[in-house]
Amino acid sequence: MFSAMLGEAWHSMGANRLRTFLTMLGMVIGVGAVVLMMAIGQGAEQAVKKSIQSMGSNLFIVLAGPPNMGGARSATGNAPSLNVKDATAMEDLEGVSNVAPINMGSAQVIYAGNNWNTSIIGTTPSYLDVRSWNLSDGYVFSDSDIRSATRVALIGKTVVQNLFGDDDPIGKTIRIKDSPFIILGVLDNKGQSLDGRDQDDTIIIPLTTSQRRVFGAQFSGSVRQIIVQADSDKVMPMVEDSLNSLLRQRHRIREGMDNDFSVRNLTALANSAAETTKTMSLLLGAIASVSLLVGGIGIMNIMLVSVTERTREIGIRMAIGARERDILMQFLLEAIVISIVGCLIGIGIGVGGALLVSHLTAASIVISSQSILTAFIVAASVGVFFGFYPAQKAAQLNPIEALRFQ
Amino acid sequence: MPGHVIEVKNLYKDYQTAAGKFPVLKEVNLEIDAGDFVAIMGPSGSGKSTFMNILGCLDQPSSGEYMLNDQPVARLQGDRLAKVRNHTIGFVFQGFNLLARSSLLDNVALPLVYAGIDKTERHARARLLLEKVGLANHVNSHPNQISGGQQQRVAIARALINRPSLILADEPTGNLDSKTSEEIMTLFGELNREGITIVLVTHESDIAEHASRQVRFLDGRIVEDTRTSPIAVKGAPHV
Repeated sequence: MFSAMLGEAWHSMGANRLRTFLTMLGMVIGVGAVVLMMAIGQGAEQAVKKSIQSMGSNLFIVLAGPPNMGGARSATGNAPSLNVKDATAMEDLEGVSNVAPINMGSAQVIYAGNNWNTSIIGTTPSYLDVRSWNLSDGYVFSDSDIRSATRVALIGKTVVQNLFGDDDPIGKTIRIKDSPFIILGVLDNKGQSLDGRDQDDTIIIPLTTSQRRVFGAQFSGSVRQIIVQADSDKVMPMVEDSLNSLLRQRHRIREGMDNDFSVRNLTALANSAAETTKTMSLLLGAIASVSLLVGGIGIMNIMLVSVTERTREIGIRMAIGARERDILMQFLLEAIVISIVGCLIGIGIGVGGALLVSHLTAASIVISSQSILTAFIVAASVGVFFGFYPAQKAAQLNPIEALRFQ
Repeated sequence: MPGHVIEVKNLYKDYQTAAGKFPVLKEVNLEIDAGDFVAIMGPSGSGKSTFMNILGCLDQPSSGEYMLNDQPVARLQGDRLAKVRNHTIGFVFQGFNLLARSSLLDNVALPLVYAGIDKTERHARARLLLEKVGLANHVNSHPNQISGGQQQRVAIARALINRPSLILADEPTGNLDSKTSEEIMTLFGELNREGITIVLVTHESDIAEHASRQVRFLDGRIVEDTRTSPIAVKGAPHV
């Protein structure tokens, strides 16, 4: 009996193809939009999660210069206010597990006939621990390299590709700002950072070497930033306070005066970025769901028209023995079949669109079976929900009046 | 000895209108035996159509008794009425009332869908009946591809498919020319001789003459009840 009714639903959909197609189109667009938006939203979420992981955990970044560079004050910010001794002092603070002072900038790098402009980071070996960054090949420079400012370098994968192609870079000599550097190791892949930079397009050299050979330092031992890693999430507030008071004391800032440095909680920043993408993803889904709702209303509209048009048919069916629930099922099934077929096409279009988007824009997308299943269940429920009222209207027709209907 | 197929006692039907209660049927009493062929006649507004709707379990009386195959059906509602319509009664309408989108085979088999009978048997039985009404070659045609007389034959086949005790025909020849009407009435006559009880509504006396008994309605009452020929086959309420 059910199969006979399903056949009838299919039959009556085929009887008015254009109308069925247009009704279905609402569902197709709705489901397609939901699937596509969820794929993009979840892709963005995943990308952010990945770059947060690549950043390292429980991090502070201490920057030279006051936190708000407003007006004339920015001119005084030129004098570097952080130095290596600040970093050394921070190591003794309670709750701090790693400290990495950093100088950075960009420079032209030459190997054989190739040259490449990349970012240079001058730092200590603890930087790699803080960023939980490993080498894929070679070894890290040591503290004695820092002390004697040797010209050695660790290079990222992107730089390797651009300077060496398929050659093994270990032990080769590159020139950074006319100084020769020996490559000790190659850094692991790190991917994109939160702000979209390629983190593999970088060269890491000893801090002291960077000060003397590459960037130069107006004041001996000055650094641009210091990255501080706390033991755990819980001690983050305490560490932030002690960093502030330590630096105020070391820099002899009097009560009431502004800081000449700023401490930023990177992890909190990252988390808020993650929150933002999550909200965006939800918003995209919500907007797409509206079109699903509109599609559902379209189904209800057409089913109501269809019930009116087929009043006489309903009367005939009742006269020859159809029960109320038979009529109800017939129209409900029609609505559900339209929804589900529309949904399947919509999923196809949504997935296709997502693949196209990722192909064209290199944006990361995630097509999860969960989001497809959700779209499917929602679409089927929309069919039942919006199909029920017209179906019930049909089932409750009076057979005599229905038979008389012209 | 089986009892009456139809036994109507003291039946009233009122319609509620803006002007108050309007009586359509007043104190109707009628008994129809198995195998009878009854024509119900009367002018428009005489209540004959309302009476047919009640006999067909499409409508319920305001008061009074209606026994169908010795079962009281006057107070039945909803699904149980639907079941009676499906199993006990076969309808033939003036406008044929076939489903335009379905093939003749599916049209004839439709009542069996609601009786919960599987497809193979549905189609086998529908094929047999289409053969019986002379449309064996049109099994897969659609209603708009055949003539009015042929459509009415299909409707009769559909009415017969659930082996009903009773066939109710409401002006079955109203939309047909006189020659085709004659053919349809001949078919009804043949079915009646096989023992099927037939009740038909008509306002044409030459059509009514095909029946064995003529019942005339006027202003909601039976005013005349004449038997013109004996019941063809007695005691065979089922096909």
